[in-house]
Amino acid sequence: MARAQTSKLIRGGTGDWEVVIGMEVHAQVASRSKLFSGSATAFGGEPNSHVSLVDAAMPGMLPVINEACVAQAVRTGLGLKAEIHLRSIFDRKNYFYPDLPQGYQISQYKHPIVGEGEVEIEVEGETKTVGIERLHLEQDAGKSIHDQHPDYSYVDLNRSGVALMEIVSKPDLRSAKEAQAYVTKLRTILRYLGTSDGDMEKGNLRADVNVSVRKPGEPLGTRCEIKNVNSIRFIGQAIEVEARRQIDILEDGGKISQETRLFDPGRGETRSMRSKEEAHDYRYFPDPDLLPLELEQGWVDDLAKDLPELPDEKRARFMTDYGLSAYDASVLVAERESADYFEAVATGRDGKTAANWVINELFGRMNKEGRDIEHSPVSAKQLGGLVELISSGVISGKIAKDLFEILWTEGGDPAEIVETRGMKQVTDTGAIEKAVDEIIAANPDKAEQAKLKPNLLGWFVGQVMKSSGGKANPSAVSDILKTKLGIE
Amino acid sequence: MQVDEATVQRIAGLARIKVTPEEAKALQTELSGILNWVEQLDEVDTSAVEPMTRVVPIALPKRKDEVTDGEIPDQVTKNAPQTEDHFFVVPKVIE
Repeated sequence: MARAQTSKLIRGGTGDWEVVIGMEVHAQVASRSKLFSGSATAFGGEPNSHVSLVDAAMPGMLPVINEACVAQAVRTGLGLKAEIHLRSIFDRKNYFYPDLPQGYQISQYKHPIVGEGEVEIEVEGETKTVGIERLHLEQDAGKSIHDQHPDYSYVDLNRSGVALMEIVSKPDLRSAKEAQAYVTKLRTILRYLGTSDGDMEKGNLRADVNVSVRKPGEPLGTRCEIKNVNSIRFIGQAIEVEARRQIDILEDGGKISQETRLFDPGRGETRSMRSKEEAHDYRYFPDPDLLPLELEQGWVDDLAKDLPELPDEKRARFMTDYGLSAYDASVLVAERESADYFEAVATGRDGKTAANWVINELFGRMNKEGRDIEHSPVSAKQLGGLVELISSGVISGKIAKDLFEILWTEGGDPAEIVETRGMKQVTDTGAIEKAVDEIIAANPDKAEQAKLKPNLLGWFVGQVMKSSGGKANPSAVSDILKTKLGIE
Repeated sequence: MQVDEATVQRIAGLARIKVTPEEAKALQTELSGILNWVEQLDEVDTSAVEPMTRVVPIALPKRKDEVTDGEIPDQVTKNAPQTEDHFFVVPKVIE
C-alpha cells in the first residue's frame, strides 16, 4: 500500500489522521422521455404535468424501458473505461415515501449494467487514478415540498421516473480536494459524452459522500454517508467538517455510529438524518415486470466507435499538436465548448499564441463580465484572424489588445479594422531607424551608458515603441538599437 | 422455520400495516406454515441452475426516446384525497 501523503493528513490532538472518501454520484441521464414511460423529462413544468399513469404508479401500469437511456449508460461506461455487462437486471428497492408512488424504486442491485472502471484526476500537479466500482440505471423519485403549509407536504411527480445513473467510486479519495477534483472530472466526462448535462444547480448531478477517518496504515474506520450534496464547493466543506467531527469523537474516546447525515451549508455542519432503529431494509428483489436487460456486443461496439474524443485524450493531443503546456491544455479541455473554440482559433495558426489569447484575453474578459463561451461577442473566426495578424507580424502584441477591444465592443473583420484604422505595425526599417536616431540623440548620456549596461536596451525599446504609438515592430526596434548603440 | 412475534411486527412495520398482538400470534403460525411449505424446495439442488426469468423466449421490449405521454395532471390527481393546484397534498412528512 502506498504511504499516505503527509500534506493530505489532518492534524489531531493524538497525531495525524487520514480521511477516506468514496462517492455515489447521481447524474440525470440526458433523454427526452423517462426511463420507463413516455412522459417528458423537461425541467420545470406545472405540478404533475410531466407525469403519465406509469409514473404515478396507477394499478396495472407496466414499465417499458427507454432504449436511449440504456445507450447513454453504456456510453458513460465506455467513457469511464469500464466493463459493460451484456446482461443486467432491474430490481425493486422497497421503501415508503410520498414522492415514491410505486412504494419501490426500480434500480439495479446485484447485476448493474456497468462494472469496474476508472477516472483520472489531477490534484496539485499530481495525477491519480480513482477506481469506479459500478454504474447502474435507476428511477428518480418525485419532489416533496414541505414549506407550503404547516400541516401538509405537497408532492410533485414531474421528476418521478426520470432516468438516473448512479456512479459509485471505490474509497480511493483521500482529501476534500481530491473529492472535488473527482466530481469535476466526472462531470466533464459526462458533458463531453452528452450523457448528462451535469447541471448541479438544477439537481441533475448530486453526490452522496461516504466519509471515514483512520490513523494512516490502520484498517478502514466506520463511515458516515452525507446525502445529496449539490455543489462542488459544498462537497469540499461537507467532507472537511465531517472528518473533523469524526476525529473529535474518536479522540474523545467515542465511537462513530454508521449513519446517514445531511450537510447544512448555512451552519457549516452535518447532522444525523435517520436514527439506527429506523435503518432501512430495502428488501431488494428482481422486478417481475421487467425481463433481464440483454445487449448485443455489436451494438456496444457501435456505440464505442461513435464515442467523442474525451478530455484526457484531447488534452494530450493539444500538448503534442499545438505545443501547449499541461496547464493550458487542462484549462482548455475543461469544457468541450472551450476546447472546440480553441481548436477553431488554433487550426492552421500558432497554437501557443492562440492558447494565450483564448485563455488570458478571452476567458479573462468573459470571467470579468460573467459570460460563457457560447455567448462570446468575439467569434473563434475573429480571434483566429487576430492571431494570424500577430503571427505574420502585421500588428504588434500591444496593438492586438486594442484590436481585441474593438472586436469585443464593436465587432467586425480583424484584417479590415487594422487596415482602415492604420493599426499596422511599422516594419519599414527606414522609419524605425529614424525614430531610433531621434531617441539616441535626445539621450546621449544613456546611450553612452548602454555600452556598459546592456540591460538599458529595454528602456530604449520602450522609448522607441512609445514614439511610434506602439506600431513599431519590437524585434526590429531591438535589432536596430543594438547596432546603433554598439551592444553585442 | 419458525417465525417469532418480533419478526412479524418487523415485517408489518416495513409494509406499514398495523398488526395487533392477537393478530401477530395468528400471523406467526400462518407465516411459519408458508415458510415451512416453501422450504421443501431446499431438497432440490439448484446450485447449477440459472434462475428462470421467462417461460417463452422473448426479449425485454424497448421504447424509442419520444415524448408520447403525460400532460394529464387532472387525471393523475383525480383520485387523490386532497390536492391543490395539481399537487398531491399529504400529511406533513419530514425527516
